[in-house]
Amino acid sequence: MAKYLLLKHYRGAPAPVNNIPMDQWTPDEVEAHIRFMQDFGARLEASGELVDGQALSPDGLWVRYDGEGRPPMTDGPFAETKDLIAGWMIIDVDTQERAIELAGELSAAPGAGGAPIHEWLEVRPFLAAPPSFTE
Amino acid sequence: MTVDEVALRALVPQVLSVLVRRGADFATAEDAVQEALVRALAAWEHEVPADRRAWLITVAWRVFLDAVRSDAARRDREVRFETTPPTGAAPSADDTLHLYFLCAHPDLTPSSAIALTLRAVGGLTTRQIAEAYLVPEATMAQRISRAKRTVGRVGVDRPGDVRTVMRVLYLVFNEGYSGDVDLAVEAIRLTRQLVAVTDDPEVDGLLALMLLHHARRVSRTGPDGRIVPLAEQDRSRWDTELIGEGIDVLHSALARDRLGEYQAQAAIAALHADAPRVEETDWVQIVEWYDELLGFADTPVVRLNRAVAVGEADGAPAGLAALSCVDEHIPRRDAVAAYLHEKNGDLELAVRLYADAARRAPNLAERDHQARQAARLNQLLRESR
Repeated sequence: MAKYLLLKHYRGAPAPVNNIPMDQWTPDEVEAHIRFMQDFGARLEASGELVDGQALSPDGLWVRYDGEGRPPMTDGPFAETKDLIAGWMIIDVDTQERAIELAGELSAAPGAGGAPIHEWLEVRPFLAAPPSFTE
Repeated sequence: MTVDEVALRALVPQVLSVLVRRGADFATAEDAVQEALVRALAAWEHEVPADRRAWLITVAWRVFLDAVRSDAARRDREVRFETTPPTGAAPSADDTLHLYFLCAHPDLTPSSAIALTLRAVGGLTTRQIAEAYLVPEATMAQRISRAKRTVGRVGVDRPGDVRTVMRVLYLVFNEGYSGDVDLAVEAIRLTRQLVAVTDDPEVDGLLALMLLHHARRVSRTGPDGRIVPLAEQDRSRWDTELIGEGIDVLHSALARDRLGEYQAQAAIAALHADAPRVEETDWVQIVEWYDELLGFADTPVVRLNRAVAVGEADGAPAGLAALSCVDEHIPRRDAVAAYLHEKNGDLELAVRLYADAARRAPNLAERDHQARQAARLNQLLRESR
């Protein structure tokens, strides 16, 4: 088993095919999207592949150390050009193919007109602990 | 037979305070009481002792003695404690109250005070508390043991006060529930216990507030977890027994004529709970109670909620005027502005504000709710074009 992070971006990812923002959708389209996301999580839980899923607020800051005795330096709220993560799902699956398959299904979440959003999701393998058998 | 865990946990603060009064240090005594609870659950499967508290005190005291003896043996020190279990010692209300104070000590951070209260007063296990707050058990264990060390160091001199205890219980209630422990129910239980050992109408006010909110809980969310706003709730699902109790508790508190913020909040909750239909809500009186509340707690959140009530009592323009002096940056302000502008007939602006509210929502249920509102208004606008 290997863990993968499926990252969803508010900004910074290539534009999806169905690019109409959620606040322009009809009530039925909003409902369908929310139901799809809930069902997707429930299905992964049922298949024993879900580790975690979290959504992030778009409000955030960049922070860094700014030298002894000084408060940390902050930058933000993010300038429009910066990459902005909206949330993630962590899955524990047998193969990379399975991780890609699941990300593909998640990217098919319905948006405006009930059509798939075709949103780009980032799939990142975890760096795992070293194995017990080394040779 | 199965052991009534809640009844068992109700004995925890009494048992712990007896040990502490006997001179046991808080941290070791607390561990000993937890161990006694574990043993009770196993031993009482077959036969529940006649005096359960005495049983727990005896076992916890033995566990405590074993712990200090082995500790002393390691350090080669002498231990002087009475070895006879303090079975006859009747715990007093003051001892229990003292325990509440210790666990909500002002030197503790809120998250530490919450964790310690749930364990040492509530008798929950570290695992249950960790699950309820969605953190790893090891993290919660560290939080609790650090809190115990802090209390052990400073507790005796400055024991805290009932205000910090109420704040902790309020936060526990507000957290809702996840895992197998219903934190709202637990907060109500602990507040009932606190009412029994204090003489402060604010504690009764807090209990009334919790009961009145809890009575409406099932109607506040739909089957898929969606938010159902107050105006749309199915009031036939409200728990009238709890509402009745909450109103009784509130009335007797108000009669003591020492008003405070929890009583004022409970009064507002009671006015909502009292309305058989949303149209019958007494918004004028609710605004008056918000004015009272501002006298005790002039916070942006209170002002925000007051603006909603003003909008209902005196119309949307008055509500918007009340909103104009509320800090721009507090959570849910966009949502309230959107609602009031919609009520005022400015749908274009309301849509934009609902979208902002969705973007800035502090949780997923709220975000989905505001997205639905934006979508609903957008459809209205499209149809009217």
